[in-house]
Amino acid sequence: MMELSFQVLMAGVLAGAAPLILATMGETLTEKAGVINLSLDGTILLSAMTAFVVAYESHSLILAFLAAGLVGVMVAAVVAGAGIYLGQSQVAVGFVLTLMCRDLAYFLGNPYSRLQGPQVGLTPLPFLKDIPGLGPVLFQQSWITYASVALIAATWAFIYRTRWGLELRAVGEHPHAAYARGINARRVQLTYALVGGFLVGLAGAAFSLCTKPGWGRPQGAEGMGWIALAIVIFGGWEPVKVALGTYLFALLQILGISLQGVLPSVPTQVFQVAPFPLMIFTLVFMHLSQRPGAERWAAGRPWLLRLMRLLRGTAPRALGQPYRQE
Amino acid sequence: MQRAKGIEVKSVVVQVAATLALAFSFTTVVVLLSGEPPLAAYGHIVAGSVGSWLKVAQVLRVWVPLVLCSCGLLYTFQIGLWNIGVEGQVILGAIAATAVLRWGAAVGAPTGILSLSLLAAMGCGGLWALAAGILKTRGGVNEIFAGLGLNFVAVGIILWLIFGPWKRPGIASMSGTEPFARELWLPTVAGWRISPYALAAALGVLVLTWWTLKYTRVGLACRAIGRNPHASFLLGLRPDRWMLVAMMLAGGLAGLAGAYQVLAVYHRLIPAISSNYGYLSLLVVMLANYRWVWIPPIAFFFAALNVGSIQLPMMLQMDSSLAGVIQGSLVLATLVVHGWARRRQRAS
Repeated sequence: MMELSFQVLMAGVLAGAAPLILATMGETLTEKAGVINLSLDGTILLSAMTAFVVAYESHSLILAFLAAGLVGVMVAAVVAGAGIYLGQSQVAVGFVLTLMCRDLAYFLGNPYSRLQGPQVGLTPLPFLKDIPGLGPVLFQQSWITYASVALIAATWAFIYRTRWGLELRAVGEHPHAAYARGINARRVQLTYALVGGFLVGLAGAAFSLCTKPGWGRPQGAEGMGWIALAIVIFGGWEPVKVALGTYLFALLQILGISLQGVLPSVPTQVFQVAPFPLMIFTLVFMHLSQRPGAERWAAGRPWLLRLMRLLRGTAPRALGQPYRQE
Repeated sequence: MQRAKGIEVKSVVVQVAATLALAFSFTTVVVLLSGEPPLAAYGHIVAGSVGSWLKVAQVLRVWVPLVLCSCGLLYTFQIGLWNIGVEGQVILGAIAATAVLRWGAAVGAPTGILSLSLLAAMGCGGLWALAAGILKTRGGVNEIFAGLGLNFVAVGIILWLIFGPWKRPGIASMSGTEPFARELWLPTVAGWRISPYALAAALGVLVLTWWTLKYTRVGLACRAIGRNPHASFLLGLRPDRWMLVAMMLAGGLAGLAGAYQVLAVYHRLIPAISSNYGYLSLLVVMLANYRWVWIPPIAFFFAALNVGSIQLPMMLQMDSSLAGVIQGSLVLATLVVHGWARRRQRAS
C-alpha cells in the first residue's frame, strides 16, 4: 500500500510539473544567453487562451500547440527587440508585457469562458507500461509529460555538449568577447529569446489543454510564470537543477492539497506561496556561501558544505544588460 | 539655441503622436478581433468615467491610491531600484490598518483610532519594503525577486487572516471580514462620494514628494546614487543606507494607500484589497517618465480607464480588462518609440 502511494505521488509530480518544465527550460535557455524575459506570467496565460480557442475552433491539438508557441515567440520578440536592439530595460518591457498579456488573454478569451473543449489524453507507452510496479503509473501519462522529461535531457545536452551551446554560454557570460571571436552576439541572444519564448508558449498550451483544462477568469495558471522565473534562479541557471526545483515545487503543491485535508481552514493559495520564501532563502544562501571564509566555516559541518555546493550557482554575467554592438 | 529647442519640441510632439497612434491602433485591432465596435467601446469608457460628476468622483477614488503609490515609487526609481514589491506593501498597509481598527473598535475615540491606523499602515508598509531592501543590500537578492516573493507572502498572509483569525462569525469567504462601523470610516462631507481629506492628503503627498526630491538631502542622495552609485560612494554617500531610506519612504506611502482602501473604499479587509494598484502605479510612473508633474494627469487617465471599463460588460459583451490592454500598450509604445528615437539620434 505504502509503495503504491509513493508511485502515485511520483506520477502526479511528473505530470503536474510538465507544463512548468517547458517554461523553466525555455527561460533557462533565454537567460543563459543573457536575456531576461520577465513576461512569463502574462505569456503563459495568453498562450493558454490562444491554445484553448484554436483547439476549440479547429479541433486540432497540434495546431493549438503551434499557435500557443507562436504567441510565446511574438511576446519574446517584443522583449528581445526592445531590449537588445532598442536598448530599453528588459525588465521594464517584460513587466509591462506581463500585465498587458494577462489582460489581453482575459479580454480576447472572454467569449470562450467555461466551455468544454478538447483535451490531451493519456498515451500509454507500449511494453514499458507493462513493467510490474512502475510501469502502470510512470508510463501511462500524456505525451506532454514524456516530452517534458526528454526536454530536460535535451536542454542539458544542448547547453553543455554542443558547439551552439558553447556559443550560447559565451554570449551570456561575455558578449563582447564572444563578438570578438566572431559570434554575432545580438543574433544569438535574439535566437534564444525566441526559442525560450516558444517553449513558454507551449507551457501555456499544456496548462489549458491538459493540466488545468479549459479557459476562464481566473484560468488557474495565474502566478505560474512568476514561479517559473523563481525556479530558474533557485536552480542556479543549470537545467538539471532547475528541473529538480520544478519537481520539488510540484511535490509541494501536491502535499499542499493533502495538507488542506488536515487544515481545512487554510485556503490552498497559502500553500502556493511556499516556493517564494524558499527561493528568497536560497538566494540569500547562495550569496552568503560565496563570501570568503564561508567554506572554511562550513568545513566542520559536512551537511552544510554539501548543501552549499548543491545550491551554488551564478547568474550569467551579462544577464539583463543591453549589449551595445559597436 | 532657439532653433535647437524648436527641434526638440518638434521631436517630442512627433514621439507623443507616434506613441498614441501605435497604442490606439493596437487596442483598436484587439477590440475588432473580439468582434465588437471599437468606437462604441471607447465611448462607453469615456461616458462611464467623466460623463457625470458622480463618475468623476468615482475616478478620484481610484486616483488617490494611484498617486500615493506613484509618489513613493519616484524615490525608488530615482535611486535606481525596481520596487515591484509595492503591491505587497499596499497589502501590508491594509492589514495593519484593519488590525488597529479591530483592536481599537472597543476603545472608542474614533479619530484617535483612525490616525493610529494610518500610522500603523505607513509603518508596516515601510517595514515590508525595508525587508526587500535589506534582502537587496545585505542578502544579495535582486529587489525584483525579493519584492515579488514578499508580494506572494503578503497575499498568503491576507488570505490566512480572512479565512482564519479574522473570519466572519460562521462564514469564511472571499467577501472579506466583517464591515466596520460607520464611525470608523474615513470622514467625508455629506453629498461627496470622495473624502476631501483623502484628496487633500494625496495632493499634499505630491507636493511634499516634489519638494523632498528637489530641495532636500534625500532627493540629492537619491539622484546621485541612481546616476552613479560608485562615484557617490567615493564622495561619502552610503548607497546601501540611502536605498533603505528610499524603500522605506516608498513602502510607507504604499501602506498609506492600503489604509485608504480599507478606511475609505471597502470599510473591511478583502483578499483583493490592493486592486492591483501597486502594479498599475509602476506603469503610471514609467509612462510619466519618472517625473512628478506627469503623475497626476496620467494617474487620472489610468483611473478613468479602470472606472470607465466597468461599463463594458454591462453595455457590450466585453470584458473590463480592455482598460489594462490600453494602459499596457501605452507604456509599451512609449518604451518602443523612445528607444527608437534614441537609436536614430545616435545614428545621426
